[in-house]
Amino acid sequence: MASLITCPHCGVRPKEEFTIRGDASPVRPAPAAEFAAWDEYVHIRDNVRGVMKEHWQHSGGCRRWLVVERDTFTHDVHGVTDAADFTKARAGKPAKAEKPAKAGKGRAKA
Amino acid sequence: MKYSAFSIFKQALSGNKGWTPAWREPEPKSHYDVIIVGGGGHGLAAAYYLAKNHGITNVAVLEKGYLGSGNVGRNTTIVRANYLLEGNEPFYSHSLRLWEGLEQELNFNAMMSQRGVINLFHSDGQRDAYARRGNAMRLAGEDAELLGREEVRELVPYLDFDNPRFPVHGGLMQRRGGTARHDGVAWGYARGADSRGVDLIQNCEVTGIRREGGRVVGVETSRGFIGCNKLGLAAAGNSGRVAQMAGMRLPVESQVLQAFVSEGLKPFIDQVVTFGAALFYMSQSDKGGLVFGGSLDLYNSYAQRGNLATVESVMEAACAMVPSVSRVKVLRAWGGVMDMSMDGSPIIDKTPVEDLYLNCGWCYGGFKATPASGWCFAHLLATGETHELAKAFRLDRFTHGRQIDETGHGAQANLH
Repeated sequence: MASLITCPHCGVRPKEEFTIRGDASPVRPAPAAEFAAWDEYVHIRDNVRGVMKEHWQHSGGCRRWLVVERDTFTHDVHGVTDAADFTKARAGKPAKAEKPAKAGKGRAKA
Repeated sequence: MKYSAFSIFKQALSGNKGWTPAWREPEPKSHYDVIIVGGGGHGLAAAYYLAKNHGITNVAVLEKGYLGSGNVGRNTTIVRANYLLEGNEPFYSHSLRLWEGLEQELNFNAMMSQRGVINLFHSDGQRDAYARRGNAMRLAGEDAELLGREEVRELVPYLDFDNPRFPVHGGLMQRRGGTARHDGVAWGYARGADSRGVDLIQNCEVTGIRREGGRVVGVETSRGFIGCNKLGLAAAGNSGRVAQMAGMRLPVESQVLQAFVSEGLKPFIDQVVTFGAALFYMSQSDKGGLVFGGSLDLYNSYAQRGNLATVESVMEAACAMVPSVSRVKVLRAWGGVMDMSMDGSPIIDKTPVEDLYLNCGWCYGGFKATPASGWCFAHLLATGETHELAKAFRLDRFTHGRQIDETGHGAQANLH
C-alpha cells in the first residue's frame, strides 16, 4: 500500500491521516427507486481485482471526502480526486475545480 | 497407506524409505459428478464428506496453487463456538463437535488442542454483553463460563489487570475451544478424500464456467475443459471472481487480514486470549511462538500482504494486553484474503444458476468452521437441499432482511 497519498487540497500526506470507507462506484438510487435497486446498492459489490475507486476521507486533514483510484492487487495508487468532482464528472457535468487532481507520484507507490 | 503405531515402527526399522505420498496427483478426467473449486479447508472437507456421508466419489477438487495454499494455511488456528445468534451458534457448535473427533475420523494428527478460549471484558457493559453471549451459547448446548477478575488472574496472571483505561474485569471462557494445526487439517481432509477416490487436482486454475441453457456443464481451466453435473464454489477470497464467471455479483468484499508469529518462547500462554478493548487475539503454538492477529487492514485487497500501520496497531494491542511481550521479536507476518460478507456471516446456498452452489463469506472466521462447512456444503451438493444447520446462511438473506449480523454493524463489509 502506498504510504503517501496526494490529497488534492493538502498535497502529499501520510496514508494514516485518511479513513477508508469503501467502494465508490455504486450510485445511490433515488429515494423512491425500486426495492431491488436499493438492495443492490446496499449489498452487492463488484469486488474488483485490479483498479478500483474508493471513498476515502482525509479525516486527519481537510476532512474532505475523496475518491482514490487504487489497485486492489498491487496496492498502487493511481489518482486522487475530490468526491464532489468525481460525482459531477460521473453525472456528466464539468468539474468546478480548475486544476485536475494529480495522480500519486513515484514516491506514492506501494 | 494406513498410518499406525505399527507402520511407524516398521518404517523406522527400514530407514523410513517406504512412506508413500499422502495423496495421488491424478490427471483431470473429462467429466465428474461434482467439481469443487478451491482446494482449501472448506473445499477439501466438502469433498471428504461428499465421499463419506453421501457416497459420491466421482468428485474433483480444483486448486489453482497447491492444496491448503490459501487461508487454511494462513490463519491463527483458533477453534471455538462462541457465537450469539441463533443462525450461527448451532452450526459452530456442530463444527466444534466434529473438531473433537476429527483426528480419529481422519487418522491424522491435526494437533487439536482444547486449551480454552477466554474473551476478556473491561467494562460493566462488556460484562453484560458477554453474560448474554454466554447464556445464548449455553442455550445452544455449548459450554460457557463467566469468569471474574480473580478467576482470570489465576489462569492468565500476566495480563495488565490494572491498566487505567482498560482494567480487566473478567472474561468469558469456553473451555472446549482451542487451537488446531491448520495445515494438518487440510492435509488430513485431503488424504481422507483422496483415499475415498476423490481427485485432488493442483495447479489447475478455473478460468471460466461453461453454461448451457442456464445450467452449469463444466469449467474451463488452465488444464483444459472439465465437465461436471454439479459445481461447488469454495474459493474464499476469490469467490467474487469465480462467481463473476457465472455472471453473478455477490454481497462480498475481499479484504486483507494479517497474522503474526513471534520467536519461540517457553510455555507462557496456555489458552487463546482475546482482548476486549481492541480486536486482538493471541495463543502460543506448541513450538513456542506466540501466534496473534488483530483487525483487517480495512481496505479491499486481493494481495496476500498487509501494511505497516495495521502491524503497528496490532503490536500496540499486544503490549496493552500483555505488557511483558513488548521485547518479544516477531518472526513472521503474513496476510490472507478474506471474503467479507455484508453481515459478517457466511453463505452456503444454491445460486440462481442451476447446478451451481456457493460456499463463501467466511470473513475471518472460516477456519473454525471448516468441518461443519464441509459437512453442510457436501449435504447441499449431494441432495440439493440446504442442511438444517446452514439454513440461515442463505444467499438472498440480504434482500429479505434476514441478516445474521453478530456485531450489528450493518452492510459495511470491513466492519465485521
